[in-house]
Amino acid sequence: MTDAQAKRAARARAAQLMALFETAGATAVETALLQPAETLLDLYGEDIRARAFVTSDPIRGEMMLRPDFTVPVVEMHMAGGASPAAYAYAGEVFRRQESDPERPVEFLQVGYELFGGEDPARDDAAVFALVAEAVAPARLRAATGDIGILIAAVAGLSTTPARKAALTRHIWRPRRFRALLDRFGGRTPVPRGREALLAQTDPLAEAPPLWGKRGEAEVAARIAALREDAAAAPIGAEEIALLDTILGLRETAPNVLVALRDISADLPAIGPAVDRLSARLEALAARGIEVDELAFEGSFGRTSMEYYDGFVFGFSFPDRPDLPPVASGGRYDALTRALGGGTGVPAVGGVIRPEVLLAGEGP
Amino acid sequence: MSVKLGVPSKGRLMEKTVDWFAARGIRLRRSGSERDYAGVVEGIDGVELVLLSAGEMPRELGAGRIHLGVTGSDVVREKLVHWDQRVEALAEMGFGGADLVIAVPAGWVDVDTLDDLDAVAAQFRARHGHRLRVATKYHRLVREFLREAGVADYALVDSQGATEGTVKAETAEAVADITSTGETLRANGLKILSDGLIHSSQATLFRSRQAVWGDEERAVLREFEARIGL
Repeated sequence: MTDAQAKRAARARAAQLMALFETAGATAVETALLQPAETLLDLYGEDIRARAFVTSDPIRGEMMLRPDFTVPVVEMHMAGGASPAAYAYAGEVFRRQESDPERPVEFLQVGYELFGGEDPARDDAAVFALVAEAVAPARLRAATGDIGILIAAVAGLSTTPARKAALTRHIWRPRRFRALLDRFGGRTPVPRGREALLAQTDPLAEAPPLWGKRGEAEVAARIAALREDAAAAPIGAEEIALLDTILGLRETAPNVLVALRDISADLPAIGPAVDRLSARLEALAARGIEVDELAFEGSFGRTSMEYYDGFVFGFSFPDRPDLPPVASGGRYDALTRALGGGTGVPAVGGVIRPEVLLAGEGP
Repeated sequence: MSVKLGVPSKGRLMEKTVDWFAARGIRLRRSGSERDYAGVVEGIDGVELVLLSAGEMPRELGAGRIHLGVTGSDVVREKLVHWDQRVEALAEMGFGGADLVIAVPAGWVDVDTLDDLDAVAAQFRARHGHRLRVATKYHRLVREFLREAGVADYALVDSQGATEGTVKAETAEAVADITSTGETLRANGLKILSDGLIHSSQATLFRSRQAVWGDEERAVLREFEARIGL
């Protein structure tokens, strides 16, 4: 197949998927190819610069070639009054590749986003079932997870609010999360420089002069926070073991539910999140999904972009580790708050990559 | 066909490179005037001299338009994706040494490690409403380093010169810059993080894996390697 034929085939497949989403009740929407860089940078941080193509003009400043649809669709929805709605879209997204020349720099995405629903379990199940139906002709493996359970588990640790905030902030950076947990748990020693700093009665007394925007009050506040942290008891080994168990879960969803119920006896804070998982599984079963076979991974979604904060899922070809996931999605209520200037709405969605679907299905 | 050797076209890096080869019996000289960018290699047959700016060397090596080239290992890593698959480091030449490091204001007594930098970035963003800015010209190296270390809530700002001054000018809160002794950083009221060494660079002779290496070129390379003691 030539590149042109492949592109036509992918467009045809995208149109079919789009039609399916519209039949399911979604309104078709379009977004601009060029997106203001500032919004994306503010949201994703420096990592997005490695992943998105940046360009500029003298009037609008820095712009990015659309790296995904979610952000512009959320912005459009929030600006339009944020009443409940479902949207579908199809088009190119662009991804800069800094390390792997084999990966495509432009590809199609077809997506479905559901805003403002009143029953999160039902909506999670509806989006998952719709994406599953859309990719159904291919024999794919589905995996699910729940960032909400991790957030709740961290919130339930018996430690200081500052430590919980630091851990929550790094849920999406597993290595830094682990390093923090080891230190808060007393498994790794306090860095020598910090020990020396805290040994001084007034570390600011003989400090060199300060330059720049970060002022003395901020340095003093951080030293106070470090003193508070040094005085706090380590997080208990039992609690860390519970967290490790949750992160290491790899089982069918019903087995995971049983395991989490056991854990919640010792970590009651995850109770409501586990109830939500239970309700979601019932809603999925009601949609005809074979929940007994559905894989659940405690760490699923931790290495993707940090906007999913609840249910997460992905579909991939089980025998094609060379291919990226065909489809992925999840719940991102927090993102709507970030983009909606503080007011958020429940939001869940999923995207499919038609090119990957076609590559996996073969000729 | 001859083997093309890329050498920095000016400055101390050029002088040191010429000396390094001279000490090994290979004389490099411009074919004409001071401004002529064509050159001659004496003392070995089949090697052609190409004078290039050190910054262009990675691109020319990566594309295989030159067979061999001398430049800093920092620019090769910054500019060549999968650099180790596209070039091979034949010899570290022992000059042009400099470290790419992360430095913060010396007055930040609460910051000594990347872990501290990450915590301060969170604090700074909450307080000032924008990300902690790190001025650099080595975007890819710095971003990869900070991502590996799990540092969040920072933004890179481009600085092609006088990077040490950006903190006093309040266009950045920290810098990632090349230093050999740390003196310029200290003079600008900055200190290097204890785990802030991103890369130790020095002038390096690279071999392009992309260039055409026929029998003739390989024979010249063997002779060349023998002369420089490899």
